[in-house]
Amino acid sequence: MAYRDNDKYADVPQELKQKLFDEVKADERYDDYLYGCYECGICVSACPSARFYDYSPRVIAQTMAREDLNRFYEILADDIWNCAQCFSCVRCPRQNNPGGLVTLIREVAVRNGLKETREVLQGYSRVIYKVMLKGNQVSPDMLRPDFFPDWGPWVQEFSANMREWRLAIPTDTLRGVTDAAWKTDPKTLRELYYIWYSTGNLELIQEVDPGLHGLIAEVVEEELAETEWAD
Amino acid sequence: MKTVTLDLDQINVRKTRVFPRDPNAAVAHDLRDELFELEAKGEIIVQRVPEPYIQVQTKFGRVKKIPIEHTWHHKSCGQCGHIPGYTTAIFWLHRQLGLDYIDPTDQTSCTGWNYYASATSNAVAQAAVMMRNFAAAYETGYFPTIHCGTSFGHYKECREQLIKHQDLRDGVRRVLDKLGKPLVIPEEIVHYSEWIHAMRHEIAQRQVFDLSHITACVHPACHYHKIVPEDAIYDWEVFGGQRTATVTGLVQALGATAADYSTWFDCCGFGFRHVLVQRDFTRSFAVQRKIQVMIMEANPDVVITHDTGCVTTLDKSQFSGKAHDYKVGVPVISDAQLAALAMGAHPFRVLQMHWHSSDWRPLMQKIGIDWEYYWQEFQEDLAAIKRGDKAGVTWQDSDTPIRTQEHVLARVPSSAAAFSKEFSMSQRLTTPVGE
Repeated sequence: MAYRDNDKYADVPQELKQKLFDEVKADERYDDYLYGCYECGICVSACPSARFYDYSPRVIAQTMAREDLNRFYEILADDIWNCAQCFSCVRCPRQNNPGGLVTLIREVAVRNGLKETREVLQGYSRVIYKVMLKGNQVSPDMLRPDFFPDWGPWVQEFSANMREWRLAIPTDTLRGVTDAAWKTDPKTLRELYYIWYSTGNLELIQEVDPGLHGLIAEVVEEELAETEWAD
Repeated sequence: MKTVTLDLDQINVRKTRVFPRDPNAAVAHDLRDELFELEAKGEIIVQRVPEPYIQVQTKFGRVKKIPIEHTWHHKSCGQCGHIPGYTTAIFWLHRQLGLDYIDPTDQTSCTGWNYYASATSNAVAQAAVMMRNFAAAYETGYFPTIHCGTSFGHYKECREQLIKHQDLRDGVRRVLDKLGKPLVIPEEIVHYSEWIHAMRHEIAQRQVFDLSHITACVHPACHYHKIVPEDAIYDWEVFGGQRTATVTGLVQALGATAADYSTWFDCCGFGFRHVLVQRDFTRSFAVQRKIQVMIMEANPDVVITHDTGCVTTLDKSQFSGKAHDYKVGVPVISDAQLAALAMGAHPFRVLQMHWHSSDWRPLMQKIGIDWEYYWQEFQEDLAAIKRGDKAGVTWQDSDTPIRTQEHVLARVPSSAAAFSKEFSMSQRLTTPVGE
């Protein structure tokens, strides 16, 4: 990670930086993920993102250990979404988990609806919609040629034959299913909706994409109205 | 300055020596002790691994139990959605071996892919999703087997956090109580590739295609061996116990060559969010750090891995690499698909090779499979479905191997000797391995 000017986010009040930093530290997983930093760079040597971005897991661990608020805010705004979350960095000899720290910082960025975070997640909304309502991250009908042109002519062939190809799968829970990865019981999905509803997960979506939140909340609330769980 | 060196032979000899592992002296403790303590306090139920099971060694020597059957299959959304031959191969293997399993509809994905991609969730929600699935498995009396590497790693981390943090347990308990579900944590969190590893000699016994002239590069999945790393399977007979033995153990048991390459520890470039909306990173990493290195250093006939994202990334990224004249063009399949292929699974009805982008035809030809014949057969299935004459391809259409034991080559797999020492299905039927 190149040297940066700590003034990049000088207009952001120190109180806000401190508040967000404290939110990260308050997560009960924080102490499991950071023990200091030898500054040895072993995590960087294993990090895929460090090869292609101006990004360093060592700087994440160092910054958090030093409690450098200005650098922390740069990481929060600019760096965290470069992490591939592969956790190659956990071979840290100090037993740090820089990838885990990134997860915690991302959660704070989402919870506070940071402008940079909303921008990064803009193209990703349809996936959030799928995972929250279908319980699956991806489905066959997402494999569209306009979304995956770089996957070659295979995507076009698949798209033209999706129905038949899905019916030609012997696994019973997959056969014919195109809008989800497998057949899921309606009751199972309602239980999942209750989890989103009762753990504050719906409010998180409100912070990053109010329109998407409205769509998901409508379905969740309608389905939960049929159950005895929702208060 | 004098440099002390060893010649290559000396290095190789020294690398192959055994490093004894004493679980009592391990840097990581056995989490199950705490699980059983929580159970004794009445906080949770620990679902025991059903017998019969196979015992395997993990990174620091702890013995892990891998159930052979009576398993509840926690499917992977990426496999089922985009690589259906992966899931189908896992079930086909169970069916061939006559093992009891459940393919549930009372299952959601772990939602971990989304969590690692966007963080639009939180610790309680993620642990509750896991515990809902575990409760669903427990209610059936079957033991969970996790298909996805990310689900496996994510669940192990959630389990660790649940054990450590009372607040998290209380939060999840409130949710599960409302749903009328018990708080259950399995005694072991088992990845399907561990089951394949444990069963590899049984699979090799039923091999109908010779793979001794096939070279494979193995990509170990990050979320399998890097998250809670002490729980991954290591075997001193596989790379001297210096990297996880899953996948490589199978390749070797099937008589193929598992070729080493220098970037084996690198991730595939999946990136969770990147693979969906920022694929310039994914493509570059997959091609430049993985596929091209494998080809230049080992020139494999096939790449074998054991996770959803790795198969997708390494397979689909090669198309764009071709445009840049990178060295690409090697098929990528899972260990389950390789095992099923060796046992004579239909390349399209079972392995669903038509969902894979990188050219798998040379591999089929080299193994001696007339893929065009089976493609034609599959085209007839599709045509019948299109006409409405057939509702779909079923297990009845797919169970029979394309080659039977009568065709097995005279070659006795090198793994057969090891098999007879360790485990045999006939023994299993009379003597539970776990006893």
